Amino acid sequence: MHPIRRQRLQIVALIFLLSACAAGLVIYVLGQNANFFFTPSQILAGEYRSGSTIRVGGMVVEGSVSRPNENLQTQFTLTDGKTSLDIVYEGILPDLFAENEAAIATGVMSVSNKLIASQVLAKHDENYTPPELTETMDFIRYSDYKVQ
Amino acid sequence: MIAEIGQLSLILALCTCALMLFIPILSIQFQNESWLRLSAPLALNQLFFACFSFVCLSLCFVFDDFSVKYVAQNSNSLLPLIYKVSAVWGAHEGSLLLWIFVLSGWTAAVAFLGANITVKFRSHVLSVLAAVSISFLLFLILTSNPFDRILPIAPEDGGDLNPLLQDFGLIVHPPLLYMGYVGLAVPFAFAVALLFSERYEKVKMSWCRPWINVSWAFLTAGITLGSWWAYYELGWGGWWFWDPVENASLMPWLVATALMHSASVSEKKGTVVSWTILLAILAFSLSLLGTFLVRSGILTSVHAFASDPERGIFLLIIFIVLVGSSLFLFALKGHHLVSKPASKGWTREFFIIMNNMLLVSITTIILIGTLYPLLSDILNLGKISVGPPYFDFFFVPTTIAIAVFMGMSVSSRWNNGNFDESLQRVVLPGFASIALGLVTVVVIDFTSSSYDFSWQALITIMVASWIVLTLCEDIVAKIRSDKLKILKNKSYLGMTLAHTGLALLILGVGLSNSYSVQSDLLMSPGKRANVAGYDFLFKELIKSDGPNYQSRKGIFEVSYNDRDQGVLIPEKRSYFSGRDIMTEAGIRTNILKDIYVSLGESVDSDSWSVRLYVKPMVRFIWIGGFLIACGGILASLNRRNVKVSSLNS
Repeated sequence: MHPIRRQRLQIVALIFLLSACAAGLVIYVLGQNANFFFTPSQILAGEYRSGSTIRVGGMVVEGSVSRPNENLQTQFTLTDGKTSLDIVYEGILPDLFAENEAAIATGVMSVSNKLIASQVLAKHDENYTPPELTETMDFIRYSDYKVQ
Repeated sequence: MIAEIGQLSLILALCTCALMLFIPILSIQFQNESWLRLSAPLALNQLFFACFSFVCLSLCFVFDDFSVKYVAQNSNSLLPLIYKVSAVWGAHEGSLLLWIFVLSGWTAAVAFLGANITVKFRSHVLSVLAAVSISFLLFLILTSNPFDRILPIAPEDGGDLNPLLQDFGLIVHPPLLYMGYVGLAVPFAFAVALLFSERYEKVKMSWCRPWINVSWAFLTAGITLGSWWAYYELGWGGWWFWDPVENASLMPWLVATALMHSASVSEKKGTVVSWTILLAILAFSLSLLGTFLVRSGILTSVHAFASDPERGIFLLIIFIVLVGSSLFLFALKGHHLVSKPASKGWTREFFIIMNNMLLVSITTIILIGTLYPLLSDILNLGKISVGPPYFDFFFVPTTIAIAVFMGMSVSSRWNNGNFDESLQRVVLPGFASIALGLVTVVVIDFTSSSYDFSWQALITIMVASWIVLTLCEDIVAKIRSDKLKILKNKSYLGMTLAHTGLALLILGVGLSNSYSVQSDLLMSPGKRANVAGYDFLFKELIKSDGPNYQSRKGIFEVSYNDRDQGVLIPEKRSYFSGRDIMTEAGIRTNILKDIYVSLGESVDSDSWSVRLYVKPMVRFIWIGGFLIACGGILASLNRRNVKVSSLNS
């Protein structure tokens, strides 16, 4: 083979190899850090992978927010109108977090079937509901959901 | 009435653009080159109409004309005047009008400041810019008209501007960012015009370079300001979240950075020309993509205000047509612009191209992380969000590699690159930066009880000092070899300034991440807390009122080793309209350290959840960003660039 061609072939092979490695790494790291979104019903049905960081969204049930002790730990319940899930969170809640409003919690499921949240997001302003929750919140509104 | 005049003015701007678009074709049709001279006055005309329309919308806000839907949604009679004006670009329609106003400004600037450009080439550039203007004017008029009325019954008062946006940072942030975003249309237009020309000439690249620098500088300033705004206004002390909207502005910045450097290679050496053109197209494509992502409301993002599929599809069509046609043109004509083969050896060109590759790679990785959730949602693979660790994992090592190559490129020559010579030059800065890193980190570790040894801090200091020390070595070498003239060269000074800015930015990011101490706790008036040696006393809570909100202010006295450090006043505002609640942080700063207090919520009658923060070096992030922007502006002022050449005939 012509030496120049051989050199070119080597360069092409090297670039190919490097990009294959890079692509593999990207897919792997992306898989590790992609946090799936679930509704409480999906959690109940066990659709999540245990031990992985997940996001759960729903409406904060009226009267469910409580602070058991002197530190910042908070407990509340999220519902999608069918099932609900308890969330435990330690930290400062966002400004627009409120009962009967949409919220999303990010965290890991515990053995006692509660979500240990590391982050809680509420809606952003008066007009905005997190996009994943639009369906759930509409469902709750249409089914005339009432807290017992 | 004012609204209708504004509307009419927009349509006139559209007509002007349509004429400007066809000028080059008309000149060929009529075999008369004097047609080309019409482009510049038309550009000025477009600016006049766009500006007039913008002023009309502003007047609607100032006079509280709530029969205009957009005003009714985003303003309120109680809103202070300055926010009434900034509310013009506070939401979708108005910010697009600003987009068009800024684009008209750039177009007119090319027409009148680019006096050194030949009339024919300039007319081609303006024609491409007109095509971009037309797309967005049509979008604005057809789908997002800011002058729509609510008839027959106008509301008595407006809904108010989103309180997050009632802030100084937001008066300045969008215009700056748009100056950058939209400014990238100019290099794009140059690139497309270059593809239409018969052959590559270095002079054409030198016409284009100042525009790249200036728009890049504005983009830098816009991103920096946005990050600063997030830091003090979102209330929780973060300054970058890898939010899709932030990524949308970072991606064009990264590619524009690559473009700026490869354009300098293309101008000086006449090499990598088609690569430079491709980067110019990509940079603007990414800023269009950013506009699409942000403005179509497609994102799972705190920034997504509006959602309306009709708009999204229109924007997608604009994106596909502009990007598709320019890439198609590139595929057809790119190889006609024969450039010299790339230089061999360890030249400055080699290191710049290496960093170009890294910048484009990291942009691709960010793009994947940003679009993957959308793709997964569209394909029904589940709703996901990609966490910051993904971005950090790739971004941090890439930045380190870029910094290393940066130092190497400063220390190598344009011609006859010799590895041994470059290596010789960087030995001293290299060892010095390793030593500096080790010494600083060990000293911090031993002298301060609140900070532990941190690998992150060590690497940060080494990388930052490497950048600065290689620059110093270069300056010393230039002084020694009597090349003092280059030190007066604004292009060189701008480079030095921007690279130093990057070093400071890296220092700020790395050190504030390693050494910040944060504490979230419950406090009531009279209680004390200690964070990183600082003593915080929650003295009292007072009530006060603003023009359109009620506020409660916490008074925090801070002391360090019994020395008074001043009073911090974090605030909780609740706005009358819409019942929105806002957190305003109390921040005390000297350049080296920020002390930060935020009020969370009142838990019972008098105790509050409170966030206390001691953040060293965090100011360096924005000082660095500011210096980088200044560097870009300084470099664009290089005399070569403003010289009116005799080519203007």
